[in-house]
Amino acid sequence: MTRKLENIVIQTVSRLLAPFLQIYALYVIAHGHYSPGGGFQGGCILAASFILLVIAYDINAVKSRMSEKINTLYTGAGVFIYAGIGLLCLLLGANYLDYGILHKILPVGPVKARAMGTLGVEIGVGLAVMAVMVSIFLNIASGGRHEEGAVE
Amino acid sequence: MKIFALIAVILTGAALIYSTFDMPDWGDPASPANTHVSPRYIEKTIEETATPNAVTSLLADYRGFDTLGETTVIFTAGIVCIMLLRRYEND
Repeated sequence: MTRKLENIVIQTVSRLLAPFLQIYALYVIAHGHYSPGGGFQGGCILAASFILLVIAYDINAVKSRMSEKINTLYTGAGVFIYAGIGLLCLLLGANYLDYGILHKILPVGPVKARAMGTLGVEIGVGLAVMAVMVSIFLNIASGGRHEEGAVE
Repeated sequence: MKIFALIAVILTGAALIYSTFDMPDWGDPASPANTHVSPRYIEKTIEETATPNAVTSLLADYRGFDTLGETTVIFTAGIVCIMLLRRYEND
């Protein structure tokens, strides 16, 4: 996996930085209620941690952590979470994406349930954005072959 | 023919620039965008959605359907990239 020609400083720093980037991305997604941030921004930071690994190592560094099948699954799962929360509101008897009705299944009041619904939606958006960014980057960087020769 | 195209472009551009003189100033508190729904959202966002960040409550709650569309656009872009670019070995 590690190729001799590449710089050990870059590889070590990238490997150490990736988990902190991912924690920060989760913070941005979860803290979107109180500070600038949300699903789109957090998803992009999450994707940046994987793209950093591809640049420092090669494509296999990411494919061994998150396979292509799982990544494509995340792409659909993100949109499914969003649309599913909307549909859940519909099934509980409110309008589509009217999160207030979620207080029937959550242990909070109707106002707090709106915040919880927003959080769920942001998680879906973050998942979809992360998976799509990684997928597009891998496809463009490797010419669609996903072979180990990294970014050319 | 090219000269007609140029004239058409200049006329259209002049009409568009002329129409911008009727637009409200930047950040004008009396402009329609700032007097209709913005104050309502800013005043009610905490008591209706318990979300201090009005941008988030607007994006995901009041305008949730719009954000669903945006997510679908990103999803479609990813799927189309896979369809167009991905090559498998035995092709």
